Amino acid sequence: MSEHSTYVPGTAVEKWLDDRLPVVRFAKEHLMDFPTPKNLNYWWTFGAILVMCLGVQIVTGIILAMHYVPNVALAFDSVEHIRRDISGGRVIQATHAVGASMFFVALYIHMFRGLFYGSYKAPREILWILGVVIFLLTTATAFMGYILPWGQMSFWGATVISNIFSAIPLVGDSIKQLVLGGFAVGNPTLNRFFSLHYLLPFIIAAVVALHIWALHVPGNNNPIGVDVKDSRDTVPFHPYYTMKDLFGMVLFMIPFAWFVFFAPDILGHPDNYIMANSQVTPSHIVPEWYLLPFYTILRAIDFNILFIDSKLGGVIAMGGAMACLLVVPWLDTSKVRSGVFRPMFRWFYGLFVINFIALMYLGAQEAAEPYTTLAKVCTAFYFLYFLVILPVLSRIETPKPLPTSISESVLGNKAHA
Amino acid sequence: MHSYGETDLSTQAEHSSTNRRDFLYIATGAVGAVGAAAVVWPLINQLNPDASTLALASIQYNIAPIEEGQSVTITWRGLPVFVRHRTPKEIEEAKAVPMADLKDPETDEARTKPGHEQWLIMIANCTHLGCIPVGQSGDFDGWFCPCHGSHYDSAGRIRRGPAPKNLVVPPYEFLSDTLVQIG
Ligand code: HEM
Ligand code: FES
Repeated sequence: MSEHSTYVPGTAVEKWLDDRLPVVRFAKEHLMDFPTPKNLNYWWTFGAILVMCLGVQIVTGIILAMHYVPNVALAFDSVEHIRRDISGGRVIQATHAVGASMFFVALYIHMFRGLFYGSYKAPREILWILGVVIFLLTTATAFMGYILPWGQMSFWGATVISNIFSAIPLVGDSIKQLVLGGFAVGNPTLNRFFSLHYLLPFIIAAVVALHIWALHVPGNNNPIGVDVKDSRDTVPFHPYYTMKDLFGMVLFMIPFAWFVFFAPDILGHPDNYIMANSQVTPSHIVPEWYLLPFYTILRAIDFNILFIDSKLGGVIAMGGAMACLLVVPWLDTSKVRSGVFRPMFRWFYGLFVINFIALMYLGAQEAAEPYTTLAKVCTAFYFLYFLVILPVLSRIETPKPLPTSISESVLGNKAHA
Repeated sequence: MHSYGETDLSTQAEHSSTNRRDFLYIATGAVGAVGAAAVVWPLINQLNPDASTLALASIQYNIAPIEEGQSVTITWRGLPVFVRHRTPKEIEEAKAVPMADLKDPETDEARTKPGHEQWLIMIANCTHLGCIPVGQSGDFDGWFCPCHGSHYDSAGRIRRGPAPKNLVVPPYEFLSDTLVQIG
């Protein structure tokens, strides 16, 4: 990490500390003085919003864990007890449940921001991959959290997802039993998922630290995707971006608070207010909305491909969809980062966003026509975008001329206005 | 090695590509790896089904009260199990299906016990992702799984949809005409 510090210890005590553990210097370098491109827009506030979301989940989660009981006979009632009897429990539980959804809203925006502005390209590949790792860990955390209230959707969602393991040839069933601690989802499953649900957010926090480290080596990308050339292109992080991020957080808290106070259950599924019953499957199983696009891809493969049966095929497709995100830095080889200057890319990117929303919609529909066919079409486009469109565009597209520097583009915009 | 000035040893070391020290490194590493694996294994193995779960391995069930055309769902090892008293029409239909039409070919005889063809006993989890299919529905007069649309016939064999296999028949036997033991 390069030295941007203007820190001069003021007192003898600060000097003493700085010689032994320079935390104050570190904080000043990375949270205050860090040179940040001066043209960042509001899509760049979602990183800070995500840090806030993780903090909210950890604080509310630790409180819930003080009252929650991870036992199949008591779990459901203990969550109702939190909602009805604990002082302020209604709001704290709702904040955690709604918070998970808001977390994913911010995650998806943050990731689609990166996909549009080419933030995954060199030298930010590791930064991007760490982001995908955070996404996968958060998905696992949210999935395990959703089991804890032990409602019908908790139970059957867990059953469906854990059966994914049984698709692995030969060892699948043994792995599934190892994961569940039984032949079906039951008390051992609930206990271990609670343990892991408590652990994973702290692992996520550690990966976030690496993510920010990897960000502070090359510095931020920016809306025009042109590298920072000199100090005229940047402003110090504090107060310029601390204030902008804070303002973004306030705006983000408005819908968040609306859900918590006026519609805490609207994002959930009514079947989850029926206690888990291993003898009855709800007529229509729907995962949480944020898992739907990948769920659609999982069930779009309802046919055998050569020697791969439909079930394993679905699992491979879902894994592949996530793997595409990991390797996108090497699929899109265009030298131009920002979509703003890529006339053809923009259109396909727009289609990709619409397609992703369509995948999300289709995941919540029944397994019947026309949805099953549409699901196949949308799944195909998802892969086409990564595996064909991005590599081909990188070769054939003529980008628009790039501004020579960030400060030129900022001043140029001013002149037009 | 040269710097030690031990001519015998150094010439030996130069002629062979490995020497005693390499051997010691590898041997130590190997013993260390085995030791680490021996410590990690119990930490993973504790996740496997415990003795109390395994103890529920077999149950007995009285099928006398189930009328023709009725089914019940019971629990075995935490899993739901269908016990269906089939109608003659269902049995006929199941026998009439040519093997070539089946995704997971199995005869009706292979899925029932001789002399007890009217009884179909199967684990009730869809072989796709484990939902419980709905009885006497779907396009093949058997079961339909609403989760992702798998159709099973009147012998519980997969006919259409994403499920790869027939509904699983657990190990069971008839202790008498009305008492079955599952497991
Ligand atoms: C990455 C951060 C986290 C996410 C995405 C997350 C997500 C979730 C979700 C979706 C639920 C189900 C809520 C419902 O439908 O009622 C849940 C429940 C729960 N979570 Fe978390 N969580 C996170 C962090 C934590 C932490 C750090 C703890 C603390 C130990 C915790 C403790 C709990 C408890 C006790 C429940 C059961 C009570 C309930 O259902 O509201 N969570 N979590
Ligand atoms: S679980 Fe039955 S079709 Fe998927």
